[in-house]
This record gives sequence, C-alpha cells and structure tokens, in this order.
Amino acid sequence: MTMETLERMLTEHPFFKGLNKRCLQLLVGCASNVRFNAGEVIFREGEEAGLFFLIRHGKVVVETFAPNRGPIVIQTLRDGDLLGWSWLIEPFRWRFEARAVELTRAIALDGTCLRGKCEEDHELGYELMKRVAHVIEDRLQATRLQLLDVYDSVRS
Amino acid sequence: MAGLPGSLVPSPFRVQRVRRETYDTFTIELEPANGADGFPFAAGQFNMLYVFGVGEVPISISGDPTKRQTLVHTVRAVGTVTQALRRLKRGDVVGVRGPFGTHWPVEEAVGSDVVVVAGGIGLAPLRPALYYLLSNREKYGRIALVYGARTLQDLLYKSELEKWRSHLDLEVEVSVDTAAASWRGNVGVVTTLIPRVQVDPFHTVALVCGPEVMMRFTVRELESRGIEPEDIFISMERNMKCAIGFCGHCQFGSTFICKDGPVFCYAEIQPFFAKREI
Repeated sequence: MTMETLERMLTEHPFFKGLNKRCLQLLVGCASNVRFNAGEVIFREGEEAGLFFLIRHGKVVVETFAPNRGPIVIQTLRDGDLLGWSWLIEPFRWRFEARAVELTRAIALDGTCLRGKCEEDHELGYELMKRVAHVIEDRLQATRLQLLDVYDSVRS
Repeated sequence: MAGLPGSLVPSPFRVQRVRRETYDTFTIELEPANGADGFPFAAGQFNMLYVFGVGEVPISISGDPTKRQTLVHTVRAVGTVTQALRRLKRGDVVGVRGPFGTHWPVEEAVGSDVVVVAGGIGLAPLRPALYYLLSNREKYGRIALVYGARTLQDLLYKSELEKWRSHLDLEVEVSVDTAAASWRGNVGVVTTLIPRVQVDPFHTVALVCGPEVMMRFTVRELESRGIEPEDIFISMERNMKCAIGFCGHCQFGSTFICKDGPVFCYAEIQPFFAKREI
C-alpha cells in the first residue's frame, strides 16, 4: 500500500476530519492498514497498548470478563470510530479486550511512534489531543447515561 | 364503540389474549364486549383501562390503527391496577375509556424522512406509528427505528423487530446497555446511535418516546444532527386521571398531558421541558 493511499484513508476518516496536510503527512509514517476477521481478538486486557485503530468498515466490541457471567460487552464500535486510547496514557496497557464481530478493516497507528512525533511537534500533539479528548468526552457522556439507567422508568 | 373522547363512562371490552413480552411487561388484546364495530384511534393516543373493583390507568395503544376490531395495549406491571391487568384471562371484561390525546404527526410527515427513537417501553406508543409508516411506505423518504433498552431481556416485540430488520427500506438500530458476548447487535446507550442514522436532517421528522431523561438526551442529539425543534415530537407522561383535562393531575407547564398531549411538538414545550418539578 502506498503512502498516498494511506494518507487518503487518514484524510477520509472522521477522526482526522479537517486536519492539515502537514500533520497528516507526519501521521502517515506511523500508520498501517489492517484487517481483522470475525471473532478475531484485536487486543487483550493487560497487554501493552502499542497501537490504536481507526475503524474504516466493520464492527468491534469492547468487552471484559466477569466470573460467573463470562464475557460482557461494554460497547460496540463501528465505521468511523476510534478504538483504544490506552496508548496515550501511562502505563500504556489495555484496560479491556477488543474483538472484531465481523470482518473489520482499520488503520492502525503506532502509539510509540505517534507519542514521539507529538513530543517533537506540538501542533500535531495538540491536534491529536483535541481529537482524542473529544472521543473520551463522548464515551464519558455515554457511560454516564448508561449509569443513569435511562430506561428504568414507569411508563406504559 | 367505546365512549367518545371526553367520555367518563367506560365501555366493556373482553380480553382475547394476554402475551408476555418481558419479565414485567405484557401485551393485552381486547375486543368490544357489546358487539360494537371496532375502535378507531390514531397512532400515539391512549386509553383509560379500568379493572373493575381495582382502578383505572392510562395506557398507550400499541396496536395497528388499521385493525380496529382488536385493541392492543402493552403494559408494564408496576402498580396495583397494572398487576391486576396482568392477571386477567381470556374472556374477562375490562372497562375502556378513550381514545384520548394527540397523535403522532404521521400524515404531516409525508414526504420527509422519519426517525423513530424509542427507549424501553417507549416503543409501545410508537408501534402504531411504525405500522402506519410501513403500510404507507411509498409516501416517505428514509425511515429509521432506533431502539434502546437496558438488556436483551428488556426488548419488546422481539419477533417483530426481526421482521422489521428484514425490510430493506427500514433501517433498524437496536442497542442495549450491556450484553453477553453472543449478542450481535449494538451495545451502548440509544443516543449514541443517532449520529449514525441515515436521514437528511433538513427534511426529517423525529418521533421520540421513552423515559423523560432518555428523551432529554435524545432531543439534544437530534438537535446536534441539525433537526429543528419544530420537527421533533415527543410523547410525555404524567399522572393522568380523568383524561379530559378536568382534574388537573397531569398539568405540565401551561398544558395538560391528557388533552394537549401526550404527543407534543418539542418546540412548543421546549421552554419548560427540562425544568425541574414541572
């Protein structure tokens, strides 16, 4: 796959919408194209979080395991979503497991490579942090609603 | 036929069937016991169901508006009257007053995309609107159903959901808050599905029903998609007693839910929708 194709994929992904060309070119060096078959584990809880993924097509579940309950799905991610932010936050270990539930194509970004580039280029770092913060905010809001148990109301 | 809207006198209806939907929710089918010829209603309206000797409760109609001979309600058994309703058997008689209230603007939405957002038992008052939309499918643009529930066990109308999924001209998105790994659908709160729905926000009518907190966050998401408050319709619920705007129990700001609602255009109630203690 050419660098031009990868750059186009990054440009088209919602996560990098509006990012300038210079920053995109810096990112391309850390990116690769990946695919996961249905049922394939993408990462496991406790493993080193070296990569993160921008889902292009497909469906991925984030899950954990509880004794007596088995695997529990916490969230479903699909086209246009970002998978994983543990690469950005110490100790760089995955907190949950991720598994493709259907054929999934994604762009993998090398977290170590990206952190290095962000340290060197603060414009890139700030752009990336803003985007990750937005994703974290969305997920936090969704988690709050799940905690609110919004469907638990008397209504007929 | 049941009492005219505004009537305080219930008409007798005979139980034809009681079907379990979830651990605490059931669907009851009724037919006129006095030989009346059907029960016309519009999608979104409700009836007062009277269990003789126990009491009366407001329940949304959840059946098909074109099938007038059978009156269908989906009920969550949470109080004395609803639990008594659940114990009814085929042949038992209940009193029905109605239909009452405003309805979903399905005719006004002709020519537009329609997004139907339901949370929990909120799918029940929306099901008549879905029946109407699907039986007049050619009159609408894209139609999407977005439905959220706490768990798989809390999903209503499972077999119908499967049937609707098979419609190529209906987008169905179902989400639960938590699920076992075998669940192939979505996990996450219902509002997270709204950005994914394939509709044109400038020509979309949204119909929303669920617990009020869910509707509040849903409306925010719809607005952030660019859908105007004038095009968002929500079904409200309060403590309805007389159903004709007489007793005042269901006052909501300057309106009464029973006669000015339960279906409201969001733009009309926006000023007091999120206010506490209203």
